[in-house]
Amino acid sequence: MTRQMTGAKMVVQALKDQGVDTVFGYPGGAVLPIYDEIFQQNDIRHILVRHEQGAVHAAEGYARSTGKVGVALVTSGPGATNAVTGLTDALLDSIPILVLTGQVPTFMIGSDAFQEADTVGITRPCTKHNWLAKDTDTLAETLHQAFHVAQSGRPGPVLVDIPKDVQFANGTYTEPKKADTTIYQPQTKGDIEAINELVEAIAIAERPVFYTGGGVINSGPQASKLLRELVEATGFPITSTLMGLGAYPASGENWLGMLGMHGLYEANMAMHDCDLMINIGARFDDRITGLISAFSPNSIKAHIDIDPSSINKVIKADIPIVGDVESVLTDLLKVFKAQGKRTNKGAVAKWQGQIAEWRKINCLAFTQEGKTIKPQHALARLEALTKEHDRYITTEVGQHQMWAAQYLGFEDPNRWMTSGGLGTMGYGFPASIGVQMAHPESLVINVAGEASWLMNMQEMGTAVQFRLPVKQFILNNERLGMVRQWQELLHGERYSHSWSEALPDFVKLAEAFGAKGILCSDPDDLDDAIMEMITYDGPVIFDCLVEKHENCFPMIPSGKPHNEMLLGEANTQGVIQSGGAVMV
Amino acid sequence: MSALKIKKGSTSHSAYNLRPTFSDEPETHTLAVLVDNEPGVLARVIGLFAGRGYNIDSLTVAEVDHTGHTSRITVVTTGTPQVIEQIKAQLGRIVPVHEVHDLTVEGASVERELALFKVSGTGDKRVEALRLADIFRANAVDSTLESFVFELTGTPSKIDAFADLMRPLGLVEVARTGVAALSRGAQ
Repeated sequence: MTRQMTGAKMVVQALKDQGVDTVFGYPGGAVLPIYDEIFQQNDIRHILVRHEQGAVHAAEGYARSTGKVGVALVTSGPGATNAVTGLTDALLDSIPILVLTGQVPTFMIGSDAFQEADTVGITRPCTKHNWLAKDTDTLAETLHQAFHVAQSGRPGPVLVDIPKDVQFANGTYTEPKKADTTIYQPQTKGDIEAINELVEAIAIAERPVFYTGGGVINSGPQASKLLRELVEATGFPITSTLMGLGAYPASGENWLGMLGMHGLYEANMAMHDCDLMINIGARFDDRITGLISAFSPNSIKAHIDIDPSSINKVIKADIPIVGDVESVLTDLLKVFKAQGKRTNKGAVAKWQGQIAEWRKINCLAFTQEGKTIKPQHALARLEALTKEHDRYITTEVGQHQMWAAQYLGFEDPNRWMTSGGLGTMGYGFPASIGVQMAHPESLVINVAGEASWLMNMQEMGTAVQFRLPVKQFILNNERLGMVRQWQELLHGERYSHSWSEALPDFVKLAEAFGAKGILCSDPDDLDDAIMEMITYDGPVIFDCLVEKHENCFPMIPSGKPHNEMLLGEANTQGVIQSGGAVMV
Repeated sequence: MSALKIKKGSTSHSAYNLRPTFSDEPETHTLAVLVDNEPGVLARVIGLFAGRGYNIDSLTVAEVDHTGHTSRITVVTTGTPQVIEQIKAQLGRIVPVHEVHDLTVEGASVERELALFKVSGTGDKRVEALRLADIFRANAVDSTLESFVFELTGTPSKIDAFADLMRPLGLVEVARTGVAALSRGAQ
């Protein structure tokens, strides 16, 4: 049976057939036919954001917390260009989202028409793939292919640009099952000989470490389950990147904490001194490796990644395994068990002893004293008071983000949404809206800095309109904290434009939007204030005034290897030499 | 990890044909990239080279299968072995790219380029230009009393050599197509 319908109706039909229940968007001239169709149905809920960047980040939050494809709908020209930051963010963090953009009618493309932009050209480098849908008859198939590409292989953002005349015209609808997905079929099964090689390495390794990343979470909940089984079966220590937090529980006995520039001492030391590094779904980002020539100099490196281009991009892999984490771990466990779960128990116990010594440094220790709240203390209290909740955390970007990663514990995947690769200030608030839409009954908290938060503060309107009880936990130091920290360490304490003298009264701001504002500046009031935030049924801006000049430690200075971490304030001047100063 | 028998850099069992160790010397490779002939596909390929800072020494592209709408992009690029491997992996990620072949490492191949040379001159120089063109088996495809246009097909080095010879004889302009290449043998 062939079904005729307009292109606009096809868009809504294709979204329904793909199981989409929520779309984040903002209308405009070039998408009016689609909005007209959205008006005439009740299966898909449309969330009106206040800026297109917010729509894309909200779709990212939705996607990251559910494992489904997040969808954003925006108009042509400025609507599309405002989506670029979100697309790039999703590309770097491998988040599956679909952005639908309106376009001027096909016969006006290239004429510099009103609100015309070369959307496909502009977004080519910041999408996994994009399409200009020039024909209503192939529109539905293109949309189904877009969903397929977004979530197959290494996930990522896709975009379909739909001219207005294509939305108005009639065409034949293609069912999802009939769409040609052979256009993109990445390899998911790992090479069994390489897996055997890895099992052999596991059997004799003396100082092994698992180094896991966002790929485990992208692979799905089963991958996290298999990872936990593998870690328990081997007894090897495990660390994770920022993007991978929650794949292995923070309460697990083999958990080392996050690694990298602001990672834990024991995690980075284990990475540096290990003899077998098993990278599962991470990509040797520069925040992780530090100085590449001195990165984990004496280890055999196994690298499991679904993207062949990740292998040998930065660090040469000795045992490369291209495949999906779930599939590879299934095979790996099968072989490992079949061979009697062999590990070098004596040597590994000695290695765990060494790690226990490193743990004694207690690199996250801080002292809360006096009448000023330390940001670490604020997060430690937030953790204590919310960890029993059905909780999702998003963050903005900067010091607060690193402290959140250090002081909050994640027991499950998909509970932690942060902008890792691109480092997008302004990500967290709209992402929290997307998460709350997907999990209406859960506690959703955006850990923010005041500077990042202001970048997308307009989304308060969205939160209030749709009664989304998102909690905006702002660690307010009246500074661009991470910029200020680098200026202190690198630029002779010349704090060039890294503070704000004209911050809003956040309580009044909340009230102006019809939300609740809470101000807290006294450590003694902190617990009560956090409880008030949690129990309030509605969006809250929590303005937590914290120590203004606190630095984020531990820290691997740029251009330094893992074993040269800074652990505290002592003697930080001049630690980053000119070679490191040019790096970010 | 002396107990481990795995040689560092060993990739004998890997899914990829990586050389055991990477050298840091730049190499020139000829890549054949088979793509769907759809709008923007060339922009995706060259945008990848520009965006990631890879070199393009030469580039040719044309549809080779009209029914299958397949085009063949032949790109000559220079980089360290690690960069070359990365280029191939990155090309492979592009959705409309079907196959990436490194003709430089996948056995013997033939490479040809076509060039047109405009040479102007009179007297001895004109005679010498014609004589050299004959030696190189270049065809004169246009001539006036003061000029020739020669057509020459061959390897890039043959074309370079001919250009060097024509320069003192009145070379005005050169147009080159870039390299087209195929692997040798039945497959």
